[in-house]
Amino acid sequence: MKNNQIISIENVIKRFPMGKGEFTALDGVDLTFGKGEFAGFVGPSGSGKTTLLNVIGSLDTPTQGKATVLGQSVGDLSEKNAARLRNEHLGFIFQTYNLLPVYTVFENVEFPLLLLKMPAADRGKAVLDALEWVGLSDKEKSKPAQLSGGECQRVAIARAMVKKPKIVLADEPTANLDAKNSHRILQTMETLNAELQTTFLFATHDDKVIRYLHRKITLEDGRVAGDEV
Amino acid sequence: MIALKLAYRNLVGAGLRTWLNVGVLSFIYVLIIWHQGLFNGMYPQTSRFVIREEIAGGQYWHKNYDPFDPLAVEDSHGIIPSRLRALVRENRAAPILIRQGTIYPQGRIQPVLLKGIDPRQTVLDIPIAKLLTDSDTLPIMAGYLMAQKNGFEVGDVLTIRWRDTNGTYDAADGEIVEIMHTRVPTIDMGQLWIPLDRLQQMALLPDEATLIVAGRDIQEPLNLPEWPFKGQDFLLKDITDMIKAKRVGGFFLYAILLFLALLAVFDTQVLAVFRRRKEIGTLMALGMVRSGVIAVFTIEGALHGILAVGMAALYGIPILLFSAYKGIPIPSSAEGYGLAFPVRLFPVYSAWLVGGTILIIMLAVTIVSYLPSRKITGMKPTEVLR
Repeated sequence: MKNNQIISIENVIKRFPMGKGEFTALDGVDLTFGKGEFAGFVGPSGSGKTTLLNVIGSLDTPTQGKATVLGQSVGDLSEKNAARLRNEHLGFIFQTYNLLPVYTVFENVEFPLLLLKMPAADRGKAVLDALEWVGLSDKEKSKPAQLSGGECQRVAIARAMVKKPKIVLADEPTANLDAKNSHRILQTMETLNAELQTTFLFATHDDKVIRYLHRKITLEDGRVAGDEV
Repeated sequence: MIALKLAYRNLVGAGLRTWLNVGVLSFIYVLIIWHQGLFNGMYPQTSRFVIREEIAGGQYWHKNYDPFDPLAVEDSHGIIPSRLRALVRENRAAPILIRQGTIYPQGRIQPVLLKGIDPRQTVLDIPIAKLLTDSDTLPIMAGYLMAQKNGFEVGDVLTIRWRDTNGTYDAADGEIVEIMHTRVPTIDMGQLWIPLDRLQQMALLPDEATLIVAGRDIQEPLNLPEWPFKGQDFLLKDITDMIKAKRVGGFFLYAILLFLALLAVFDTQVLAVFRRRKEIGTLMALGMVRSGVIAVFTIEGALHGILAVGMAALYGIPILLFSAYKGIPIPSSAEGYGLAFPVRLFPVYSAWLVGGTILIIMLAVTIVSYLPSRKITGMKPTEVLR
């Protein structure tokens, strides 16, 4: 791993079976990311943005090539080790928030720390801190069903950030939000990126998000068509 | 612990669906425990009647006696051995002579077993005092079922025909002096009780008997080759077998009910697994291993069983205790079932019964919850997150 480099994508190809043939979602992608980047994959639907995010997030493995995240080759990880990598170092933010509906806001944010087996006292403080970052300290006892879309996404950000991961992967985080909420969330993420030096990687085709990116990687048909800083 | 907490919250969050499943399962718990409790109570209670009224401490049978062979009855008699005679004198044994006879109720011919018993004996607790009479008329006691079937009433006169030991037919009139209300059908149906000395005279078999009932205080049975001893276990075997057969029949009912309840739980869990795919994917993305996710759903299903125990306890304990305290009234028509049913049957619930039932249902619920959960292991996080 080069100095400061935490993600390395080397000639990654990802194919999915489709009918009798195969669909190539990623076709020889080469990329590297350093600590504290605020970057995004942009491009039309089917360009491979989410697939690349999934590979980096060890939710999927490359068909060919090598994806190294924090020094660990994603393709070689066992199910248990991939889960550990996600648990300890990665945070996810989904388009549809994916909060656990039976848990309160506090419990949703606390969940990753429970998986990390963090002591209760430290857990409580970390959750309250995370809720403060996203401005939801007063909603800790609410259930997701009682929150607006923007608030749900802020809870999701708090959940992703609570363990202070090295990398946060956000897949279309503003797709279900209005402009005001989108900006608020992006500003929150930008602040966290600056304060905690967390690497943020987005998959998006939302102009609002794209405007915030410090690095824009354009994907077309599974290939890197542009990489602008 | 996380899996348990999440499973519990999911379960409670499912609301009515959960409580319907829990309700059905709790009903199964209560039903199985109550029904098995009835069978548990049936053996000691029915056998108590049989011991009191028919077999006491056991019976010495004449070597030729076979209760299931009517043709053997005529040859099943012998002089009461002196060692047993001593016990009879001390009222610690009661000889019974059994002969075949014929009666003619309402002009119809009907074979009966004539049973001679000493009216002064106290080994068996049956109402035979009225057989003790100086009248020349033969006193007869009939059981309730026998009387009901033939329309006998106290005071009715019956003509009885029998054969003595030489094969000579003879007949006499007898009077019904007692209708015996017994819960033991094997001393009732198809038989008439008369004084032992009168039957011995009628059959020309003085001092002879077919079987000798030993008192309940019997310690060590006498070893008499001509009169093999039949203990309580042997004589109660029919009851044991019959209850066992009824218990097996009951198991089919439980199996069907349990199957339906498990189907409901299984259905709920299958639905949960496929409806909550995104949630499963989220758990995986957050770093939960597949076995952890399976544990959440398996525990969620198993919790149905645990909550059902609680619900069953709420309404089941009062019901079970009430029926154990008050008993279940057994209709008199049940006397024809071949078992010595008491007037009220009291269920008996053992710790084994309760614990075993809970364990079996818990195990079954856990297995049917695990099966759909296992399907998750085949899914990739990216597939379920889609």
